[in-house]
Amino acid sequence: MFEYFRNLDRRWIFLLMLLSVAVPIYVIGKTKETFPETALPLATNVFNEIEALQPGEKVLLAFDYDPGSEGELGPMATAFTYHCSSRGLKLYFMALWPLGRQMIDDNIAKVIEPDFPDMVYGEDYVNLGFKAGNEGVIKVIVTDIKQFYTTDARGTNIEQIPMMEGIKSIQQMDLMLNVSAGYPGTKEWVQYAVTPYPKEIKLVGGCTGVQAPLLYPYIPQQLPGLLAAIKGASEYESLVIKAYPPAEGKEAKYMEAQRRMGPQLVAHVLMVLLIVAGNIIFFIERKRGARA
Amino acid sequence: MKRTIPLLLASIAGFIMIVAYFSPHTESWGEEVAVWFNILAAVAFILGGGNLLKIHLRKVSDRNSGWMYSVITVVSFLVMLFLGLWKFGVNPNPQFPDYGHWAGEYNDSTSPFYWLYEYTFKPLQATIFAMLAFYVASAAFRAFRAKNFEALLLLATAFVVLLGRTAAGVFLTDFIPADGPFAALRLEEMTQYLMNIFNTAGNRAIMIGIALGTASVSLKILLGVDRSYIGSGDD
Amino acid sequence: MNRETLLWVIVLLIGAALLAGRAMFAENGMGKAYITPVEKTYVGLDADVAEAAEAEAETKTVWVSIDELPEDFDVDAVADDDVVSWDTYETKDYAAYIAAQNAGTNDVVFSLSHTIGIWIAALLTLFVLSFLIKDNPLYKVAESMFIGISAAYWMVVGFWDTIVPNLFAKLAPGPTTAWALPGIRDEAQFELIYIVPLIFSILLLMRLAPKAGWLSRWPMAFFIGTFCGFRLISFLHGDFLAQIRNTIVSLYAKTPQFAADGTAMLNEAGAPIMDFTFWGSVQNLILVIGVLACLVYFFFSFEHKGVVGGTARLGIWFLMVTFGAAFAYTVMGRIALLAIRIEFLFDDWLWLIDPTGRRAVEAVGMIVLAPLGMA
Repeated sequence: MFEYFRNLDRRWIFLLMLLSVAVPIYVIGKTKETFPETALPLATNVFNEIEALQPGEKVLLAFDYDPGSEGELGPMATAFTYHCSSRGLKLYFMALWPLGRQMIDDNIAKVIEPDFPDMVYGEDYVNLGFKAGNEGVIKVIVTDIKQFYTTDARGTNIEQIPMMEGIKSIQQMDLMLNVSAGYPGTKEWVQYAVTPYPKEIKLVGGCTGVQAPLLYPYIPQQLPGLLAAIKGASEYESLVIKAYPPAEGKEAKYMEAQRRMGPQLVAHVLMVLLIVAGNIIFFIERKRGARA
Repeated sequence: MKRTIPLLLASIAGFIMIVAYFSPHTESWGEEVAVWFNILAAVAFILGGGNLLKIHLRKVSDRNSGWMYSVITVVSFLVMLFLGLWKFGVNPNPQFPDYGHWAGEYNDSTSPFYWLYEYTFKPLQATIFAMLAFYVASAAFRAFRAKNFEALLLLATAFVVLLGRTAAGVFLTDFIPADGPFAALRLEEMTQYLMNIFNTAGNRAIMIGIALGTASVSLKILLGVDRSYIGSGDD
Repeated sequence: MNRETLLWVIVLLIGAALLAGRAMFAENGMGKAYITPVEKTYVGLDADVAEAAEAEAETKTVWVSIDELPEDFDVDAVADDDVVSWDTYETKDYAAYIAAQNAGTNDVVFSLSHTIGIWIAALLTLFVLSFLIKDNPLYKVAESMFIGISAAYWMVVGFWDTIVPNLFAKLAPGPTTAWALPGIRDEAQFELIYIVPLIFSILLLMRLAPKAGWLSRWPMAFFIGTFCGFRLISFLHGDFLAQIRNTIVSLYAKTPQFAADGTAMLNEAGAPIMDFTFWGSVQNLILVIGVLACLVYFFFSFEHKGVVGGTARLGIWFLMVTFGAAFAYTVMGRIALLAIRIEFLFDDWLWLIDPTGRRAVEAVGMIVLAPLGMA
C-alpha cells in the first residue's frame, strides 16, 4: 500500500486535478450559483480610482496579455471595459503584446458593441492597437504619442480622431489601467511611466498570479491598487456589478471570474491535500529509513 | 572594425537614453532612439520567423528524426504568413473602400487569418499554458517536503494563502469573530498580512538586489567592460 | 496488449462513448455556430454632397454607409466605381437562432465554417491534453502547428502594426499610403533620418545569411545599448531608490479616526483626526526589519555569524514566506488557465453547461409558443 502511493503514477494526480476543476465548472454551470465575494482593500482601491473619475475623463487601458493568460486576465479586462464604459469615461485602448490588439477587439465586441451601442468609435473609445518595442514604446508615448502612433488600429489618421485632439502624451490621461501577463507589463509601466512622472500618471491594474507578489513592493506609492490574479478579478467584478447592475439576462457575462472561483476553491484544497499526502509519505519513509 | 563599431554604437545609444532622461532639451533624442529601437524590435519578429523557417527546413532536408513534424511547422508557418501579409480575404476599410482589402485590418473577422487565430492559435496557446496546472499539482505531491523549519515556513505560507484566497478560508475560520481581538487569525486576514508585510519585505529586498545588479551590468556594457554580447570569433 | 496500449484504448473508448452519448441525448445538439450575414455597402460621394468635409476638400470623395443615406437615395444613379459592397457577419447564439426561427425569419443562419472551427479547436485542445497520458504523435502535431502559426502571427503583426506605419510610411510615404495606409495619405512625409533604422533592419536580417552574419552585430549592439540605457536608469529610479523610499515608513503610525457611522472624523481645520495605531506601528516595524534582514542575507558576503548570522537567518525566514506566497499565487494562476479550457470544452463545444444563457431556448420557445396555446 505504502509502496503504491510512494511510486504513484503521476497520471492519477493529473486526473484528480482535472476532476477538481471540471466538476465545479459543471456544477456551477448548471446551478449558476457563485460564492459570495467580499472585496479586499487592493481591489477596492482599483474600483475607487475609476469611480473617482468624472464622466468624460480619459482612461488609458493597456491590455498586455494574450490567449495563454486569458483564463486569469480575461475577466478583469472585461470588467475594466464594462466599468469604464458604464462610468461614461473615454477609453483609449493599446497593447504592448502582439496578441493584445486581438484581446482589445474581443473586449470591444463583447462589451462595448452589444451593451453600449451609443458609444461612438473615435469619440468615446479608440483602439490604438499594438506597437512593437516593449518598454521602448512606453519611453516614446510617455512624452509624445504621435511620434510613434500615426494611425489607430483601424488605419484612421490619429489627427482625425476626435478624442485624440489635444493629446500630446499619456501624461494627459486621467488614469491608466493595465492588464498584465508578464513582460512587458505592470512592472515596466511603473518603471517607465509612473516613476518618472508620479504626479501626471496614475496607474492601477490587474496581473497574473505569478506577477502579483512581485508587484507588492510598488504598493501603494507607485501602484495604488492591484487586482491579483483571478481572485482580485472576482472581487473587483462583484464591486462593479453591484454599482452598475448589467441589463437583465446579461449579469452572467460579467461574472466570469466569480464563477471561476469555484474550480479555484476545489483545486486549491486539492493542492493542500497533495502536499500533505506527499509529506506523510516523506515522514513514513524517513522513519523507516531511520529504523533500518 | 568588427568590434569597435558595435561597442561605440552600444555606448552612444545607451548614453543618449540616459542623457535624455535628465534633460527636457534632449528628450526628443531619446524618443528618436527609442523609435528606432521599437522598429528593430518589430524586425526581430521577422528574424525570429526566418530563423524558425531555416531550422525546420534544415531538419526536413536532413531527414532528422521527426522531420514530418517540421513539415507541419513549416506549412502552418507559411500558410499563416501568406494569409496575414497578403491580408487575404480581409474586407475593405469602411473609410477607404476604394483601396480594396489592402487598407483593411489584417485580423478582420471574415479573414482566414482570423479563423486560424480563433480556432487554432488561441486553443493551442491557451491549452499549452493550461497544462502547467497539472505539473504544478504533480510537483506539489513529489517535491514539497517539510524537511526543515525553513521549508515548513514556506509550506505554511502556501497553505494559508491558497486557502485564504478562496471561500475555503472564510469557511474554515468563520468561527473567529470578524471584529473581535483575534480577527487577524482569520485565514483571509492572515493572507493579507502575509502578503502586505512579509511578502512585500522579501520582494522589496529582492527588487533592490536585482536593481543594483541590472544597473551594474548595464553600466558595464555601456562602458565596454562587458563585451560578451558581441560574441567571440573572427575579428 | 501492453499496459500503455490498454490505457489509450480505455481513454479513447470512454471519450468516444461520452461524446456519442452526449450527441444522442443533447436536446439542442452541440458544437454548432450561428451567424447573421451582413452586407455592407458604401457609396462614394463628393465631399460637398456629403456635407462632411471642409471647403478645400471639394474634390475629395467621402465614403458613406448606405444605412446612413436617406431612404430615397438612388444608388443606381451613382457610378459603379463609387459603390463598394462586401459581406461580413455577426456571431449569434443558439438562442438567437431559435428566436429567429420562431419568428419565421432567416436572419440567423447556421455557419459551417465556424462550426468546423469549434470542432477543430476542441480537437486541438484534446490533442494537447493527451500529452498528460503520454507523449504521442497527436500532441506533436498540435505543438508543431502552434510553433509555425505563432511565429507567423507575430511576424504579420510586427509587419502591419509597426514596420509599415513606422518605417515604410516614413521612407516611402507616397507608395505606402497609396497601398495600405490611406488614412495618412495627406500627412505622411518623407523623413530621411529613418534611413538609419532601415539600414539597421537590413543588417539585422543579415543574421539569416550564412556569410554576412557578423553584420548583424551592429544593430544588435545598438539594440542592447539602448536597452541598457533604458534599464540602467529605470531600475535605479523605479526599483532601487523608490523601494528605499517606500521602506521609510513611520514607526509611530497614525491612522484616521472614524465615527460610528463610518465617516472620517475631522478637526476644526477640516483635516482628518489622526491617532496612534499600535498594530499599524508593529506592521511597519516588521516591514522595515524584514527588508533589512533580507538585505543583510543578500549583501554581507563574509561568514554569517553572531548578530549578522542571526539577522541573515531572519532574512531567510522572510524570504521563505515570500516564496510560499509566490507558490500559492502561481498555483492560483495556473488553475484559472485550466479552467478556461474546460469551460470552452463544456460550454462552446459540448453544450453541457450554459452559464451565460446563450442557449436558453426553453424560455424563448415558451414565450413564442405560449400565445398559440402550445406551451
